[in-house]
Amino acid sequence: MDVQSVRGFVGTKLSFADASPDVGLRKSEAMDPEALIHLVSASGLRGRGGAGFPTGMKWKFARAEVRSPKYIICNADEGEPGTFKDRLILTDFADLVFAGMAIAGRAVGAEKGILYLRGEYEWLHAHLEGVLARRRNDGLLGAAVLGNRNFAFDIEIRIGAGAYICGEETALIESLEGKRGEARNRVPFPVQSGYLGLPTVVNNVETFAWVPCVVEKGAEWFSAMGTRKSPGARLFSVSGACDKAGIYEYPFGTPLRRLLKEVGGEDAKAVQVGGASGVCVPAAQFDRTLAFEDLATGGSIIVFGPQQDMFAVAENFQHFFAEESCGQCAPCRFGNVRLHEAILRMREEGLDADTEASLRSLAATMQAASKCGLGQSAPNAFLSILDNFAGELPRPRT
Amino acid sequence: MTADLITITIDGTALKVSPGTTVLEAARKVNIAIPTLCHHADLCSDAVKKPVIAASNCRMCLVDVEGQRALQASCALPINAPMAIRTSSPAIRRARRDILALMMSEHFGDCPACKRNGNCELQDLCSEYQVDTSRFGRPGKPLFARPDPENIIQRDMNKCVLCRRCLRTCTFYQGVNALTPTGKGQDVSIATFMDREMMDAWCINCGQCVNRCPTGALVERDDTAAVWKAIENPDKFVVIQTAPAPRASIGECFGCEPGTPMTFRMNTALKRMGFDRVFDTTFSADLTILEEGAELISRLYKTAVLKDNSAALPQFTSCSPGWIKFIEHFYPDYLPHLSSAKSPQQMMGAVIKTYFAEKNGWDPSKVVTVSLMPCTAKKFEAARPEMRASGYRDIDYVLTTRELARMIKQAGIDLPAMEKSPFDNPFGVSTGSGVIFAATGGVMEAALRTVLEVVTGDKVENLFDKADIVPVRGFDGVRMAEVTVNRVGPVPAILSRLVPDFEWLRGATLRVGLAHGTANAVRVMQDIEDGGPLSTCHFIEFMACPGGCLGGGGQPIPTSWEIRSARANAIYGEDANYVVRKSHENEDVLRIYREFFKEGPCSHKSHELLHTHYQERV
Repeated sequence: MDVQSVRGFVGTKLSFADASPDVGLRKSEAMDPEALIHLVSASGLRGRGGAGFPTGMKWKFARAEVRSPKYIICNADEGEPGTFKDRLILTDFADLVFAGMAIAGRAVGAEKGILYLRGEYEWLHAHLEGVLARRRNDGLLGAAVLGNRNFAFDIEIRIGAGAYICGEETALIESLEGKRGEARNRVPFPVQSGYLGLPTVVNNVETFAWVPCVVEKGAEWFSAMGTRKSPGARLFSVSGACDKAGIYEYPFGTPLRRLLKEVGGEDAKAVQVGGASGVCVPAAQFDRTLAFEDLATGGSIIVFGPQQDMFAVAENFQHFFAEESCGQCAPCRFGNVRLHEAILRMREEGLDADTEASLRSLAATMQAASKCGLGQSAPNAFLSILDNFAGELPRPRT
Repeated sequence: MTADLITITIDGTALKVSPGTTVLEAARKVNIAIPTLCHHADLCSDAVKKPVIAASNCRMCLVDVEGQRALQASCALPINAPMAIRTSSPAIRRARRDILALMMSEHFGDCPACKRNGNCELQDLCSEYQVDTSRFGRPGKPLFARPDPENIIQRDMNKCVLCRRCLRTCTFYQGVNALTPTGKGQDVSIATFMDREMMDAWCINCGQCVNRCPTGALVERDDTAAVWKAIENPDKFVVIQTAPAPRASIGECFGCEPGTPMTFRMNTALKRMGFDRVFDTTFSADLTILEEGAELISRLYKTAVLKDNSAALPQFTSCSPGWIKFIEHFYPDYLPHLSSAKSPQQMMGAVIKTYFAEKNGWDPSKVVTVSLMPCTAKKFEAARPEMRASGYRDIDYVLTTRELARMIKQAGIDLPAMEKSPFDNPFGVSTGSGVIFAATGGVMEAALRTVLEVVTGDKVENLFDKADIVPVRGFDGVRMAEVTVNRVGPVPAILSRLVPDFEWLRGATLRVGLAHGTANAVRVMQDIEDGGPLSTCHFIEFMACPGGCLGGGGQPIPTSWEIRSARANAIYGEDANYVVRKSHENEDVLRIYREFFKEGPCSHKSHELLHTHYQERV
């Protein structure tokens, strides 16, 4: 496939363009489920949503559960500010995703898959249904995938309603159950008690897309890319103050500086890695690498140019969290609002030492005490901006 | 099964726990107090074993689990493997202090004037952790509209900490679902459907949410000012009746152990406060038993002998006003099953403004009837337009246990130090049957004592030792019991208009059911709809509140299963001490039938004053 024809893709190398989804599916059909899980584990594939949980391990846990039916859920609630790479996968490589879900189903013993599509992507719904229909017609989904009566798997598409929190896997499951999107307690985990209280695997769109590639080309092919702790490559959504915004593929371990050079953002003042829930990296740290062990990201790269007011960025992100917190737990519900107010105030009046200490304590509490990843990561952007750009604040009146 | 126990350490103390025990429960076993705001013992008890019940949203109960990056909410963390836990550390104490300061940053209200001042979990924790409550600022004006003062359940979001005890209670304990979270992020709040006022929502006024709220965000409408005003008015003759449940609990508001009975000390206090008469609601509870029992016999006779299908069976009790509004909202097709007998509160009001007023030459328009109830829903019942058959409201004001405790304190009275004094005549004779109305199963036990004795002509003690009908007692959410009628006696004169004889009951098995907490009422109604065992019952007692009236929404805070048990012990203890323990032997009751109603239960006049009707509600 000519990667230039892929809408939104700007980079030069795109692994998905070289993969044949159904080769991976056929191979997996011939494999024993344990061997399949072993292969995915050996590849070192980690979740592409941002948290980076080892995919093989998640599947192994789900397989070990005795209760059934089990569910495979594809998290297509791509809501992190600055990410749009799942959209590309869904428009141009939906077959990889659906093949990956079917492989996961075979691996854990699930016959039902659900793709949870963010409300803003409703325009993709008809296209995706078309792909599903074609795959059913081709015997790649249904009661006997590839003619194998022991391999039943089908997928339905469900549409979200636009809440950021529904990208958090347990809130996504609540939403699928028709409830208010709110994070659940994480014991039990979704692999034990997920959708309808049954064992459930939730993986990101991109994670599923890599699965048939890994099965087709082997664990070594995959782990040869990236670092030891973050094997493989991943897609990046690059936006902001750069010449060539768009979607890129890089192996893990790529230095931020190299990425900036290729996207035409070398004069950047800072880069937000990981969206609103990520961290803001100042120019002095551009030699850091994009990997779970250094700068972890769900794929969002936002470039800030030399003129960017960094506390405007902090204010914007904190406002986002004050709005998008599900409002369930106290540190996140109240903390984001207070932090947002404080940023507004410090932009006017500066920040004295006592207030700074109080806000750092608040931020630490939000990170340690919030119920889910949203609240736990909500102060990250503010803290990294405060650490590196405090000089941009007005001097406090004494 | 010691082999299954898991060894953990909490703050260095090793202990063995059964799998699934939460860290919070384990800590409390070794007397380590972990603060909570959203956790409530009731919401995590065996009565509602559902994992979703643990909300873990206040994040006060955070602990440090060795090997875990973030702090963990101990209320929602089941122990499934050995672990080492710290419940106090600089990070934990800082987090708790920060969270409390955050909650206070949107807390608008005047603490000293708050109904929960001195009994507020938020206030206590802020004090314990020495929180600078203005660290993140305090609202200068209300952030939410204040509730309409007419609402019986006063819900003020300005004091809400979003713990959701109220809505979990409403959903899981009561099956009402009147409350829901709404909005997200900074706009999140707890609301009714379409944000209606509580009085316009499908709320049953049970007040269980009020009883569980950690702050003053949920309180009942305060009617104490109106009662003081009536007491101070020389033209008014102010009469109060006291129900048995508050008598077993009001001591808790004065520092007494739960289960310390205050019945006769309170009589002295009420007189000193200026009430003109103090009557005993157990009198009208006995009256209720006669009316409701006669109605049951009459329904059974119609169905069994006259083959008249209009008499709906099983008959449902009608003394819990929360249950009444519940069935009116959610099971209106079953309204014919409800006994038409008014509740004891309303019967008392009706006879005070008729029989008593006449007897004493009082103008009923000048008689003010007050009742002390464990119940917030009684305020709604008292205001029902159908409850004024005499031309006057049966009951003018209802005070909850908490409201009366406040009034007693305002009067400068130390209740536990009062001398004991009796109730006033003519509604002062109490029986054990009337007293046990306060507990789940009590109405049924009282009814059975009377019905069995009337029908068999034999002492109920010959069927049940000491007349304690143990099969209907206890705290199981749904219960069933049956008694076979082995002999029948002559029809007493008081019932001779209703049935010619009891021969048709010879050998019959009387089946009864019980439910408390309206979520359990839902289970019963579902079973009836499915044609299950409860559909074969003849009589079912429903109590809206868990535990019955002793766990009522107007009772002292806190209420827990331990406290309910202590109150129940006080009530059954009182019952055992009464000389007269059966409603149909209450001399005051027999006198009012002789002097006033003339024709016995379910007669024309008693129907007019002591019975009511119900309506479907949306």
